[in-house]
Amino acid sequence: MEDAKVNNKTGQTTLVALTGNEAVATAMRQINPDVVAAYPITPQTSLMQKFADFAAAGLVDTEIILVESEHSAMSACVGSAAAGVRTMTATSANGLALMWEIVYIAASSRLPIVMPVVNRALSGPINIHCDHSDTMGCRDSSWIQIYSENSQEAYDNTIQAIRIAEHANVLLPVMVTLDGFIISHSIESVHVYEDAKVKEFIGEYKPHNPLLDLNNPVTFGPLDLYDYYFEHKRQQSEAMKNSKRVIEDIGRLFGQTFGTVYDLIETYRLEDADECIVVLGSTAGTAKEVVDALRGQGRKVGLLKIRVFRPFPETEIIDALRGVKVVGVLDRSEGFSAVGGPVYQEIRAALCARHDISIVNYIYGLGGRDIGIADITKVFDELSAIRKAEKPITSRVDYVGVRE
Amino acid sequence: MPSIKELAKRPELLTSGHRLCAGCGASIAVRMALHSSDKPVIVSCATGCLEVATTIYPYTAWNCSFIHNAFENSAATMSGVETAYRALKKKGKLSADINFIAFGGDGGTYDIGLQSLSGMLERGHNVLYICYDNEAYMNTGIQRSGATPRGASTTTAPAGDVSYGKPQFQKDLTAIAVAHHIPYAAQASVGYWADLTSKVEKAFATPGPKFINVLAPCPRGWRHDSDQTVEIAKLAVDTCFWPLYEVVDGAYRVTYKPKEIPPVAEWFKLQGRFKHLFKPANQHIIEEIQSKINERWSALLAASGEAQPSKS
Repeated sequence: MEDAKVNNKTGQTTLVALTGNEAVATAMRQINPDVVAAYPITPQTSLMQKFADFAAAGLVDTEIILVESEHSAMSACVGSAAAGVRTMTATSANGLALMWEIVYIAASSRLPIVMPVVNRALSGPINIHCDHSDTMGCRDSSWIQIYSENSQEAYDNTIQAIRIAEHANVLLPVMVTLDGFIISHSIESVHVYEDAKVKEFIGEYKPHNPLLDLNNPVTFGPLDLYDYYFEHKRQQSEAMKNSKRVIEDIGRLFGQTFGTVYDLIETYRLEDADECIVVLGSTAGTAKEVVDALRGQGRKVGLLKIRVFRPFPETEIIDALRGVKVVGVLDRSEGFSAVGGPVYQEIRAALCARHDISIVNYIYGLGGRDIGIADITKVFDELSAIRKAEKPITSRVDYVGVRE
Repeated sequence: MPSIKELAKRPELLTSGHRLCAGCGASIAVRMALHSSDKPVIVSCATGCLEVATTIYPYTAWNCSFIHNAFENSAATMSGVETAYRALKKKGKLSADINFIAFGGDGGTYDIGLQSLSGMLERGHNVLYICYDNEAYMNTGIQRSGATPRGASTTTAPAGDVSYGKPQFQKDLTAIAVAHHIPYAAQASVGYWADLTSKVEKAFATPGPKFINVLAPCPRGWRHDSDQTVEIAKLAVDTCFWPLYEVVDGAYRVTYKPKEIPPVAEWFKLQGRFKHLFKPANQHIIEEIQSKINERWSALLAASGEAQPSKS
């Protein structure tokens, strides 16, 4: 808050020590949404508390609805967004699960709600720490999903999400995810941009067919049967397809404005790599360290980070992995498909035409189980052994860091 | 208060052509409520008969802005709409005065939507919530709800050789709303239009959260002819099964006192859902219900500071 004031005086980007939740709350302060409806849940709590502090200090003029459940949080967001104002919420795990029904309704009503989700393992058993079972569970809900590697990305992604969601060719809600505790509660240096610049970047909100346009009454949420439902779903899938281009454009524009260009995926030392790890979220940071260390030993290893999981950047992934011979997909959730995690399934589907590549899956970090340099090094060693045919693939799906 | 002729001249916000049944109490309740507004209205509605029969895409019967979200969240949805309105008004982007109404059936209000309603009332949104209470899940085919009266036969608690229908009394939702200490709560019936419309007007004139529970007979579910709706809605009041009252800032007032109080059996007789209660084996159920009605009526009169009238 204080730092942001300094920032405004100088008109410069300021480097501020912030937790991930504070960084996202700062983005929300700068976005200054008309309405926020939220319910507390660990580890999202400190995000909303920080935003409530901003509101109490008069730094935003947002109307906050302190609802009695996440179901009502998303329900009120649907009402508010349909009424025609910029609307946000935030949640985690069970909160997202309780919203579930309305998460789908928000998307199918084409309401550009932006929701940071602080990733936490979904009960049960109850657990408060990070994995991706919450957001992976609603990967088919027609929300755009952007995963963040660190506080800076969580901050940057939240700002971009507003423009993506509200783009006329998209009009879909956006989830910006950040790993619970690992990002949300760790203090990092974050470049906070000038308030006015953020305001200018997101622009004025122009609602589509708002309820509050009394001269043009509208009906939201009609009964839509076999004669029209399908066409509406078809339009929705087109919007998701359109969003890919929009996310790329806005990522580029963001780079021009604030200095960091964002893309659907990020490749790290992948150009000539034989072995590659695919990962989402904070683990990408650790994996980059491992890649550097192994590269130092002369090993040709690289990293593919999926930033945008929905829409799924299939062609970009195919292209990025063109020269790679063995891929290890790290999944921070168990899909319980009995044939691997959700990210692995989609990577395999994307690469189904490649007969010269081996793809294996490592499920890790469930319920906040730590993953370190040694674990990721071991994964690369296995990928290397597979490539050299030293290790036959007995199981395509393995678990990292579990006792069995 | 406007006369019924004046009310009839007001623009029709729920237009004809909707697919609600002939004799549906819900549509009467909604039209009376909408006619009682002298300002623009925005409506939300829980999933249920009212919603599915009025918004079959690409048609809509609503001449005002309308939002249906899901079954259990009409109140939370309207909380969002009303808050968005306040956000824009605060910023000077909107100046019109608007009445916000959230509708829900008894399923969407007494049961699955109770939490959402409670949250809206507690937070103090400037919204009128109207429950059209037809005493069962009619949209899905007459299943019992928390509003279904004891002894009524429904498809999930049917009468049979060893069953007299629903064994429990209905919950007192109006009292639950009153317990939120909201500025205005009332019970009304589509049988008494003047009482209903004056309550809605009063509610609109009261800032803050308001709740009106409107008894709305369902010919299909209650098993009566469609031209009997108003008569049955009146008799529910006259038998004191459904007393008309309001609670203004905590003060109870009975708004209609029947001169004669017929036994509840007279009301039951007109409805197929209570037919089995007239078997000799079930006679005691009617007596138990009657004694509960007497007890609740006495309590209501006492709460209103009125002496119990002599038995007629």
